[in-house]
Amino acid sequence: MDPAAIIAALLALGGAVAAVSLRNLIHCALCLVLTFFSVAALFLGLGAEFVSFAQVMVYVGAIAILIVFASLMTRDPGTDPARAHEPRAIRPWPLGLGIAGAVTGVLLACVGSSRLLPDVATPATAPSVRELGQELMTRYVVALEVVGLLLTAAMIGAVVLAVREPRRPDQEVGR
Amino acid sequence: MAQTLDQLLVLAQQRLVALWPAPWQPWVAAFLGAAAIVATFGGLFALTTWLERKGLARIQNRLGPNRVGPYGLLQPIADGLKMLTKEDIVPRAADQWIHFLAPILKVVPVLLAYSVIPFGRHLVALDLEAGLLFFFAVGSATEIAVFMAGWGSRNKYSLLGAMRAIAQLISYEVPLVLSAVSVVLLAGTLSLPAIVDSQAGHGWAGLANWHVFTPWGLAGFVLFMIAATAKTSRSPFDLPEGESEIIAGHMVEYSGFKYALFYLGEYLSLFAISGVGITLFLGGWRAPVAWLDWVPSYLWFGIKLLGCIAVFIWLRGTMPRLRADQLMNFAWKFMLPMSLVTLVAAAVWHATATWTFAGAGLWRWVLGAALLLLPYRALSRGLTQRGRFGPRRYRFAD
Repeated sequence: MDPAAIIAALLALGGAVAAVSLRNLIHCALCLVLTFFSVAALFLGLGAEFVSFAQVMVYVGAIAILIVFASLMTRDPGTDPARAHEPRAIRPWPLGLGIAGAVTGVLLACVGSSRLLPDVATPATAPSVRELGQELMTRYVVALEVVGLLLTAAMIGAVVLAVREPRRPDQEVGR
Repeated sequence: MAQTLDQLLVLAQQRLVALWPAPWQPWVAAFLGAAAIVATFGGLFALTTWLERKGLARIQNRLGPNRVGPYGLLQPIADGLKMLTKEDIVPRAADQWIHFLAPILKVVPVLLAYSVIPFGRHLVALDLEAGLLFFFAVGSATEIAVFMAGWGSRNKYSLLGAMRAIAQLISYEVPLVLSAVSVVLLAGTLSLPAIVDSQAGHGWAGLANWHVFTPWGLAGFVLFMIAATAKTSRSPFDLPEGESEIIAGHMVEYSGFKYALFYLGEYLSLFAISGVGITLFLGGWRAPVAWLDWVPSYLWFGIKLLGCIAVFIWLRGTMPRLRADQLMNFAWKFMLPMSLVTLVAAAVWHATATWTFAGAGLWRWVLGAALLLLPYRALSRGLTQRGRFGPRRYRFAD
């Protein structure tokens, strides 16, 4: 196996373990960034350039920032020392185990239903960006448009939730 | 002769690599490429700090640095020594590791971004198929670095500055990428050397077929450079530093060489983003007219890069800093719609490329210009009228 792939896999695993075990939420988020980078490196090692760069751009550039902003702007009663003794509404362990079990089950089902490629298969050429784009714009165009619509709706919803309308519209100046 | 001169750097690299045994050669080649990039752009950074101080001084009717060496040319060395010998202060409450890693994470991705830029004919460290995407992907890592600097310093000004900086970086990334997409649409590729090749040849009156010489290309170039100014937090978009409001933003708690690393990262990303702007719109390393083709390609790239730097210095000397709300309004209400309009204009230009009737070129120009100018007029009218000037009320700060 490629040593670079092993290093990237170890970093991804280490980052993921640290992301769920560290006490400080921001440290967890930054470890998650490390995992995102390592997964991108794994994609690159597999010859999937486009997926790798898209992974960095979307996950590191947008989602990681979203996570750190969300953890800065919200206050979880579990991390607030003044309220640490209050009973929590959600029990974290059963919930976490349930979600982990569900994800593992789905993954196992997928792996179990897949078939192994023959060892001497012709080396599949990685799809180029052009082919990816053509597939997205022809075969998967409905899915693409639906995702776009969903994201737009989510963004408008977020804006509506975040903006407090001023009481009197005549005070609305300078914006 | 001109051929050899043009390929001088490539040939030199091949000679040097050939000296090593075969299994080492890919590593040596990669190392040479990286070393050349770091040396060249590190040197350009030093030169630019001097050029900038001289240029700003001239604009402000001063002399600028003139004590160290002839014309103050050794000023960057003095600055570097000063930075190196300064005490490295880390706040006691700071998150030691994050505070330490942030400046490194600011510089390394920028250096990575240079690997896909073609500096001359065949002079590119990595010819990736998705090179442009690689550039934007590594550029997005700087947001994490800014956040780490702001949060790790454990200082309210740092954190405020980091939030502002990240908001600015994310907002201006959208028009930056969208204006680059119009070039991708026309060139049909994400590889930067291939984009340069798509601008080969000469058209009307011996002028090169650069993208900037089309209506959508001109608009795209202007939008790209404005977004690049904001993305590298240069004046007039230098709010992340904003020394009159939040001292130096996320860099408040950095001193000595760590501060210099932030500074270096900013200038390096300025050069890199200018390089991509040159590649996308200004024909990369190509000569503007056919009879100047004998000048080596990397020199053309250098001339264009220095021209871009001169414009940035000029802007810094003459523009006042924007206010935070103006910055956001400009990004979302002007830059984003205009970059979408540019994309449509580029698509129309692409669709009308098959026109063959008499005067088709002129009509394409008229159509493209109208597609851009009418929305521009409507947008600028709509944004500046309706009595928007008045005292600013802060929505999230009261």
